[in-house]
Amino acid sequence: MLLAIDTSTLTIGAAVCNADGVLSQASESGTRAHAELLAPAIEEALHAASSTPADLGAVVVGVGPGPFTGLRVGIVTAAVMGYTLGIPVHGICSLDAIAFEVATGHRDEVGPAGEFLVATDARRKEVYWAHYRLSDSAVGFTRVSDPAVNKAADLSADLAALPGFGAGPSLYSETLTPTQGPQNVSPAQLGLLGVLALADPAVVGAPILRDEQPLYLRRPDASAPPAPPAR
Amino acid sequence: MKHEPLVLGLETSCDETGVGIVRGITLLADAVASSVDEHARFGGVVPEVASRAHLQAMLPTIDRACQEAGIELRDLDAIAVTAGPGLAGALLVGVAAAKALSLSLGIPLYGVNHLGAHVSVDVLEHGPLPEPTMALLVSGGHSNLLLVPDVTHDIRSLGSTIDDAAGEAFDKVARVLGLPFPGGPHIDRVAKGGNRKAITFPRGLTAGKDMERHEFDYSFSGLKTSVARWVQAKEAAGEAVPVADVAASFQEAVVDVLTRKAVKACQANGVDHLLLGGGVAANSRLRALAQSRCDSASITMRVPRPALCTDNGAMVAALGSLMVAGGREPSALNLPAASSQPVELVQV
Ligand SMILES: [Zn+2]
Repeated sequence: MLLAIDTSTLTIGAAVCNADGVLSQASESGTRAHAELLAPAIEEALHAASSTPADLGAVVVGVGPGPFTGLRVGIVTAAVMGYTLGIPVHGICSLDAIAFEVATGHRDEVGPAGEFLVATDARRKEVYWAHYRLSDSAVGFTRVSDPAVNKAADLSADLAALPGFGAGPSLYSETLTPTQGPQNVSPAQLGLLGVLALADPAVVGAPILRDEQPLYLRRPDASAPPAPPAR
Repeated sequence: MKHEPLVLGLETSCDETGVGIVRGITLLADAVASSVDEHARFGGVVPEVASRAHLQAMLPTIDRACQEAGIELRDLDAIAVTAGPGLAGALLVGVAAAKALSLSLGIPLYGVNHLGAHVSVDVLEHGPLPEPTMALLVSGGHSNLLLVPDVTHDIRSLGSTIDDAAGEAFDKVARVLGLPFPGGPHIDRVAKGGNRKAITFPRGLTAGKDMERHEFDYSFSGLKTSVARWVQAKEAAGEAVPVADVAASFQEAVVDVLTRKAVKACQANGVDHLLLGGGVAANSRLRALAQSRCDSASITMRVPRPALCTDNGAMVAALGSLMVAGGREPSALNLPAASSQPVELVQV
């Protein structure tokens, strides 16, 4: 049994999954109160799945990219739970969870070329994004480019014209191409992707599972003051 | 005899990732990872840098504390964590980690006040706190005079800084004098070779009207500016700056006001115990002057060893343990990180 956690977008929460699918999910949307809500959501999801932390065999966590403060709440929660329970913790790029939801439920919106963009809100007029292609692998997609952060207006015309998923395209609809598909990361989709990737890491390829290091993609805002006089 | 609670405390309010473990009021482990070196070139703590470092240090520090204490996490009876005040993003890492521990182990969680934890830590070294105790907490983040009838739920603020914290003034003056960050230890060291009466720097909020309105408050911003001006004037005149004398005279101005008001607060409230805490309590001149003024006023001074004065997890574990022993209700799992938590709010 696997616990999935994501705090990289405005939907934060947890899901409990196993090989049969999603047993439970508890999440809250449109919030930035990550620290307050995540632990109760995990408790609720476990309760709804009639299980306890001791029943878990692994934790998967969305490692972003996403706004740092919230992202860390999910990652440290997953890391400490895994350590305490003595079970493995795997990171998954959060954008991959949106791509998985597109590949399993929104193929008709992608169009015949099979390529699409996932872009989420990085604030400061920027988006976290990656370029994807539908495939017939077990997870249904391949990531074409590594996740990156750029101004929405700076994406190439080809990328900007691709059907766009995540909150980014609707935020920047003058440059990107929004669809009706998923806007935020669903913990349940992340969990299903985790189940598939863990069942057969070789088939779905190395890009899905990674360590639980956050994908910050940006350096901290900090500048050194002018050097003090030497004395 | 009732089994004494085994409590793990987490501290991430600034740049130290602290994990402490206590049984009752016995210290078993105090593991601290500091990101101070990563901030040095910025001349102050950079919040995002601190938050990133907390995430990296969390598991290794928990692991180290368990090894030091010779316990398994499943032996724990409760978790305590600093809920505030502090840097919001930094606090969140500790609060989330504490919730994950509480949830995974099925044990109660106490979200506690950082300042209350600074007061509590001395029980690990010098036994139960007299009630009430007066506490003077001074660090880079705080300068507070607290009247503490019961550290688990009744802490009263008598005064605090109205501008910079004392430790901040040390950092800024160190910078003016070309000494490294953090400034406290360097000023203390350099001042030993200087004359503390060489220059009379201003004592903030100690005269006339100020004393009426801010009897037990502090102000270090004017002092800091005055030191900078004094140094600039020397330099403009082409004279050498007597670094040791400036450091000693500045330090004297700070510790004079700190201790004078602390002793006065004890006398005004009929309290005969003064506890020092916070990183600046490691300052040798502050300890010496506080001791001699307490002696003259027949006040017993308590001060934990320097490693327990700076931010650490043991102090949080100590307060958590006192709360368990005192039968306090645990916090809810949705407790927030409260970056500007008032000192009177001992538990969240
Ligand atoms: Zn402190």
